[in-house]
Amino acid sequence: MAGGDSTALVMEARGLVKRFGHVTALDHSDFELRAAEILAVIGDNGAGKSTLIKALSGALVPDAGEIRLDGRVVHFRTPMDARSAGIETVYQDLAVAPALSIAENLFLGRELRRPGVLGSVFRMLDRKRMREESTAHMRELRIEIGSMGQPVETLSGGQRQGVAVARSAAFARHVVIMDEPTAALGVKQSNTVLDLIRRVRDRGLSVVLISHDMPHVFEIADRIHVARLGKRIAVLNPRKISMSDTVAIMTGALAPDEIAADALA
Amino acid sequence: MRILRFAQDDSNVLRTLGAVGPLIALLATCVFFATRSDRFLTGDNLSIVLQQVMVVGVIAIGQTLIILTAGVDLSCGTVMALGAIVMTKLAAELGVSVPLAIAAGIGVTTLFGFLNGLLVTRINLPPFIVTLGTLNIAFAITQLYSNAQTVTDLPEAMNALGGTFRVGGTSVVHGVVVMLVLYALAAFVLRETASGRHVYAVGNNPEAARLTGIATPRVILAVYALAGVLYGIAALLSVARTGVGDPNAGQTENLDAITAVVLGGTSLFGGRGTVLGSLVGALIVGVFRNGLTLMGVSSVYQILVTGILVILAVATDQLSRRGAR
Repeated sequence: MAGGDSTALVMEARGLVKRFGHVTALDHSDFELRAAEILAVIGDNGAGKSTLIKALSGALVPDAGEIRLDGRVVHFRTPMDARSAGIETVYQDLAVAPALSIAENLFLGRELRRPGVLGSVFRMLDRKRMREESTAHMRELRIEIGSMGQPVETLSGGQRQGVAVARSAAFARHVVIMDEPTAALGVKQSNTVLDLIRRVRDRGLSVVLISHDMPHVFEIADRIHVARLGKRIAVLNPRKISMSDTVAIMTGALAPDEIAADALA
Repeated sequence: MRILRFAQDDSNVLRTLGAVGPLIALLATCVFFATRSDRFLTGDNLSIVLQQVMVVGVIAIGQTLIILTAGVDLSCGTVMALGAIVMTKLAAELGVSVPLAIAAGIGVTTLFGFLNGLLVTRINLPPFIVTLGTLNIAFAITQLYSNAQTVTDLPEAMNALGGTFRVGGTSVVHGVVVMLVLYALAAFVLRETASGRHVYAVGNNPEAARLTGIATPRVILAVYALAGVLYGIAALLSVARTGVGDPNAGQTENLDAITAVVLGGTSLFGGRGTVLGSLVGALIVGVFRNGLTLMGVSSVYQILVTGILVILAVATDQLSRRGAR
């Protein structure tokens, strides 16, 4: 999976800078995301990883630097800009509306209307089609949930996260960004979500995974982007480097040039 | 394990109760009063109940929309009274044509709803405080504008909705039909359109709604403004029913509308409930008042019972939420 330079870049950022008062959260940070890969972004608190992700998802505008999507320079002012460019984000805090049904959550903000006058004049929702498409989509991602009409609050934490991931996967055309998707979950539920993330990649989407959980990162990442002091200090190949060396690089105990060259990706 | 399972079942029971509970309560209330008074179950009496409920019923539609977004409107009845004074004064004392006077009255209530919405969304003030403020402002304006005098001698056309038509042997007030149509319309929009579902999403999880691209402040602003329109229509019904513009109207409706919504199973925490539930809630209050009056019970007891019912309804909601977490 970890190919050479020939692999096409889906998303790329150069020299991103973001300052908050005296604090420089991003200090000329670079970022490269290849087609159909899972790129883990790790870093200590204050390393600038969440600022980087916010810049990529349109949640904030960087002071300097450029972001390219499929080779073209993009300027995201809002999360909606990023979304219409084909980048979906799954947020940490299970961003679903618990009282609404699964189908309603999947199509929230992008509802389908009935064809003809019922849809255009009376603005009626096409519940049937939304339910059918939800079922098909959830089946494709192998998320096993009985009925798309049941409220999300009747689901377990893992299933809820499944709904959030499925929503992003359904509408993303290029990139799915996931912010700590397993943070709130137990072991079994986490594994389900990790499997789901693999399937999202196998459908051809690129996944950016922000996680503190090293075993999870090593289990599913194709490459690991290490953020430190607002910069990208290394991109690692998880199959060629140990978890402890990775943590050492992340915390600054080990310099990236001290490790074997083939551990870099 | 056993306890855990039990607790889960418990919450399901409470949730189901939240959906059909109000209807059961209404039926039980009706059965109770039917056994107590021969006059209760007559067509004429039930028509009177509907007629007494129509004003608060229409206000409760607006209140439901607002409470679904996790807001509340304490000013609803007072704003309605202001609308009633504006439309009656324009028509009776300033010689403005009836349709124009009605439009002006609804315009004023809409403006107040819009103002509430602006303060809630733009300055981020808690709805409770905003509407407590506008409650007093609307009350003062109403008293000043009317010189605290009831407006009488209204043009005939103003009371048109207070007229009746006969269904079988029972006369039904036109305004009741207006109320029922508005409920059907609101239920349709809330259930079948994206805008309606967005109202639920905004109240249920505002952050999730925002992140999925819903313009949360716009939804909330629209809801308050729409509630203002409904208060204006309620004002027209109130005028039609009483035949006057009363500057002291709406005082009981302020809280009765909230009572109806809560009794109808809508959560004060937002995002859950139905508008038809509020109709049932308004009917419960109406039936209680009517039934106790027929039994010759003092009106103080009616207020006492209403108070107990509200606390029961909110407690059910709170407990079912605790179960769901």
